[in-house]
Amino acid sequence: MLYPLIAGVLFGLYFSLVGIGLNLVFGVMRIVNLAHGDFLMLGAFVAFGIYTVAGLDPLVGIPIAFALFCIAGLLLYWVLVPRLQRARDPEMLSFILFFGFSQVIEALTTIVFGTSERSIPSRELANSLAGVRAAIFGGEPTNGPFRLLGLSFPASWVVAATVSVIAIGCVYLYLYRTRLGTLTRAVMSRRDEAIATGINVDRVSAAAFGIGLGLAAVAGVFAPFMFGSFTPAFGIDATVTSFVVVVLGSLGNPLGTALGGIVYGVSYMIVQTYLSSWADLLPYVLLIAILLLRPSGLLGRRVRVA
Amino acid sequence: MPDTVRHYLFIAVPLLVVLAVAPSVYNNHLLLFNFVIFFILAQGVNIIYGFTGYLPFGYVGFFGAGAYGFAIMVMHLNAPAPLAVLVGGAVAVVLGLILTPLLRLSGAYFSIANLAAALAVLHLIANPALEQITKGPYGVALNGTFNPTMAYAGGILILALTLGIVVYLKNSSFGLALQAVREDSFSASMSGVSVVRMRTIAWRASALVAGLAGGVFAWYVSVFYPDNVFSADFSIFAIVFALFGGVATISGPLIGVIILYGIYNLIGFTTPQYFQLIYGLLIMALVLFLPAGLVSLATRRGWNVP
Repeated sequence: MLYPLIAGVLFGLYFSLVGIGLNLVFGVMRIVNLAHGDFLMLGAFVAFGIYTVAGLDPLVGIPIAFALFCIAGLLLYWVLVPRLQRARDPEMLSFILFFGFSQVIEALTTIVFGTSERSIPSRELANSLAGVRAAIFGGEPTNGPFRLLGLSFPASWVVAATVSVIAIGCVYLYLYRTRLGTLTRAVMSRRDEAIATGINVDRVSAAAFGIGLGLAAVAGVFAPFMFGSFTPAFGIDATVTSFVVVVLGSLGNPLGTALGGIVYGVSYMIVQTYLSSWADLLPYVLLIAILLLRPSGLLGRRVRVA
Repeated sequence: MPDTVRHYLFIAVPLLVVLAVAPSVYNNHLLLFNFVIFFILAQGVNIIYGFTGYLPFGYVGFFGAGAYGFAIMVMHLNAPAPLAVLVGGAVAVVLGLILTPLLRLSGAYFSIANLAAALAVLHLIANPALEQITKGPYGVALNGTFNPTMAYAGGILILALTLGIVVYLKNSSFGLALQAVREDSFSASMSGVSVVRMRTIAWRASALVAGLAGGVFAWYVSVFYPDNVFSADFSIFAIVFALFGGVATISGPLIGVIILYGIYNLIGFTTPQYFQLIYGLLIMALVLFLPAGLVSLATRRGWNVP
């Protein structure tokens, strides 16, 4: 029982990182970024490129992926979103628009890289930190499994969970301790009132979009280790999982997403251990149940009933 | 001449006649059958999205449920094919009844929950633990009922039914009330429209036609896997075709199917990734520049498009 619990928490923290970018984008712009999972996939390619071409630790990919996709997000925002929001039903049309966009990304990646599955040996992740780890926990400077409470877990899970906690902390600081973050929360809670008070909604939204895509790409850096391998087509599953995590927590609340991720991770690991053939069903049933029973999410206040 | 009669005479009847005689002059019967299926599905999406504003991203759930309803009737009860098709439609309506609570959700939440529901049904049917009933992930083979000619005729009958529903919605006070609910449910309920009843009726009608289409599809192909009949492509193609032509009209979805599915068949099979790219770009351009579909080119000039 202990093993699925701890593994679930580690996985869950990672899933919160997967979902948090989506949370920002949907919370601020009411736009459903169906291409979220594809940015994860592109982040995985960044890690892959850094490992195979430059021969560096995939961890180096984190700042690169974040910066790259932050900028890409800012540019994309100005190309796509203001135009979309002039349409009659932007929330629904965003579904279609970003579905088309995810098709474009998937097609281009397939044309460039082919459809084969790729993976990175898991001991390569954070290899460069093996010395640091030995200094903190003692022992040999290796990158073998971590031992926690007498159970051992792959080092990559622990690293991914740690980075996720740091990233979620950063999002929290951004939202609650910076001026732009305060404005972001204002736009999230009442968009029209925010416009009326003179907040530059476009600037706030563009920043949120950039950060959202950046975080998705950071999560993608770990995707080869957490999911074993990746292909250009794995985006859509990642998107649905992100939605489960985001809806489980609540919109506009990064701590909610962290909680949602952990709840998801733990229940996934438990079902996986005891009823493995039903594990695939879990995210979907969980999503429908939470939407119907507690539409505002575990930590939410907002109502989203028609 | 009343509009209803004109719509039947000049849109529905010519299309059905062309489809009915086409197999004797054109050899690729499978292609024709697929056109019939997509005409039905695009109009089914039109019924629910065009007239009520709910975007069913998991529309394929009804289609797949219909196909498996057909398969289970034939495999376990040796039912004759036409009866099994009707049961397929009934199964989809029952699924629609189960999913009725989803209509409480608004906007993107409905679409996501609907997508999750379709995936949940897929994973339920494809679960190896239910192999006795559904054959699980290994697919079904229904050699006993294989009869493409009859199945094609059945498809045309279902298309006729679907067109009948859409013509009715377009010309009746019921359809007008539905569109009023879509525009502003609060004002509509103030004017005495029973919002919930209206929506659920449209929801079941659209589930019914998708289920019947699934049943007749199972009859036609006779060998299929869960991943075939629950392929997200069905939902997405149907939605994109309907939107491309223009929803809440009779002709829009038909035009969308003819143009886009035509393009798909011209270039889709030889170079799938380039098709995916063109397709994605086309979808994005549609949302950004022509969000009300092709028919809006005419309605903008003040022409009335049925």
